[in-house]
Amino acid sequence: MAMLEVKDMEVYYGVIQAIKGVSFQVNEGEIIALIGANGAGKTTILHAVTGLLTPQKGSILFEDKDITKTPAHKIVSLGMAHVPEGRRVFSELSVYQNLKLGAYTRSDKGEIEQTLEMVYKRFPRLEERRNQLAGTLSGGEQQMLAMGRALMSDPRIILMDEPSMGLSPILVNEIFDIIQSVSEAGTTVLLVEQNAKKALAIADRAYVLETGKIVMSGDAKELMNDDSIKKAYLGE
Amino acid sequence: MALLNSILAQLLNGLRIGSIYALIALGYTMVYGIAKMINFAHGDIIMVGAYALYVFVSILHVPAVPAVILTIAFCALMGITIEKVAYKPLRNAQRLAVLITAIGVSYLLQNLALLIFKATPIPFGSIIKVPSIQIAGLTISGLTIVTLAVTALIMAGLTLFVNKTKIGHAMLAVSEDQGAAELMGINVNRTISITFAIGSALAAVAGILYICQYESLIPTLGAIPGIKAFVAAVLGGIGSIPGAMFGGLALGIIESMSKAYISTQLSDAIVFSVLVIVLLLKPSGILGKLSVEKV
Repeated sequence: MAMLEVKDMEVYYGVIQAIKGVSFQVNEGEIIALIGANGAGKTTILHAVTGLLTPQKGSILFEDKDITKTPAHKIVSLGMAHVPEGRRVFSELSVYQNLKLGAYTRSDKGEIEQTLEMVYKRFPRLEERRNQLAGTLSGGEQQMLAMGRALMSDPRIILMDEPSMGLSPILVNEIFDIIQSVSEAGTTVLLVEQNAKKALAIADRAYVLETGKIVMSGDAKELMNDDSIKKAYLGE
Repeated sequence: MALLNSILAQLLNGLRIGSIYALIALGYTMVYGIAKMINFAHGDIIMVGAYALYVFVSILHVPAVPAVILTIAFCALMGITIEKVAYKPLRNAQRLAVLITAIGVSYLLQNLALLIFKATPIPFGSIIKVPSIQIAGLTISGLTIVTLAVTALIMAGLTLFVNKTKIGHAMLAVSEDQGAAELMGINVNRTISITFAIGSALAAVAGILYICQYESLIPTLGAIPGIKAFVAAVLGGIGSIPGAMFGGLALGIIESMSKAYISTQLSDAIVFSVLVIVLLLKPSGILGKLSVEKV
């Protein structure tokens, strides 16, 4: 049974159709990669899933609940967190305040404290810089903060949009290691990436997106060896 | 000694009127920060507050303290209603449409007051009956004491509220990035409603203090303090809460000093010149941050 199921989804920006009937599913425990070039519609899909955009057609089911028209602020308490493209941390607030906002919908102080401990353990640099304003962090640290902030809601599924964008190769490796360990700790991951090589290396399955349509899908390792994928996305 | 006393007296005058500007400016700046709009009807909430107080005290004969509380509650509700009816449907419209709507709401409120209360000024005695005190030959009026004390309390309370409470943090988050705030589970519409309620409640307090000072009601009484407070908010840096406090007080002091020592007629011109000079030197206002539009 799929944890997240998107069926025949179409999204328009005004008269321009950005997503042209996309269907995919994410099963519990999987890492699913959505890969594709810039402008293929990857971010739009994530925005539609978490309610920042409403699809004009199709449906989105999360744990058998129809969330197609659920507004964004009600999504996180269902157990779904979204790490947006470009990190979008609250730069005027401290690292600690950012993390606390991640747990905005939770009320049990003890549980929040436990999750905070867990996040600090996973990202020791965030603990070192807890009182620093988020805007003064480096790009890699901001990405860690955005991920930590999402984890603060204790999600069952986490959606990540271009987590490696603009980071140095060493940091990219670090971020992908973290994604893998988040997955191993039991959180399902839906990953949107332009770095197809890295994404396919850690994903279980992947969907390839081209101008608003899924053109290929399947086992990540098989896709990695597919000649057309190699040519178009892996630069080989 | 006489000169020093006179300067001190003018300083207190400036602080008193500046406190009122600051309270109004806080409403402009908070709404701008959260909803990214200039609520030009904000000044008229002062007028609504003044008339509401008049209705409660002089017509319904409610005692002063409950009348003040009722007035504040009435204005807060009014602010929420205006936002829901007039601004919310325009959440994704062009900024110009929202601005024009705000001006429309301003005229609506003024003309409603004109319809109900007519154009003839209504005399209204101050409800603040605190005796004045004498310190070293300087007389400080009860009204000044109450105005300064109330403003100081509100500023401290608001600062604590925004920086220490969950709702305050939600407001800061929404003012920086609405989309990211929604992803945290923050209800943006509710946060905007709360902001309008707080802004309008502060305008009600300003209206009460203002009417106790001028003791006469006309439907356009909110226009001048409204526009000056807007100038104060821009001077301090629109969107910044400490900026609005500082801008309001600074404007009051500049105005009162120019009236006393330069020219009564020119005092407004001097106030607006200061704004022009500050904006030329620092376009984001004195305590405002230079915001970079993210694409």
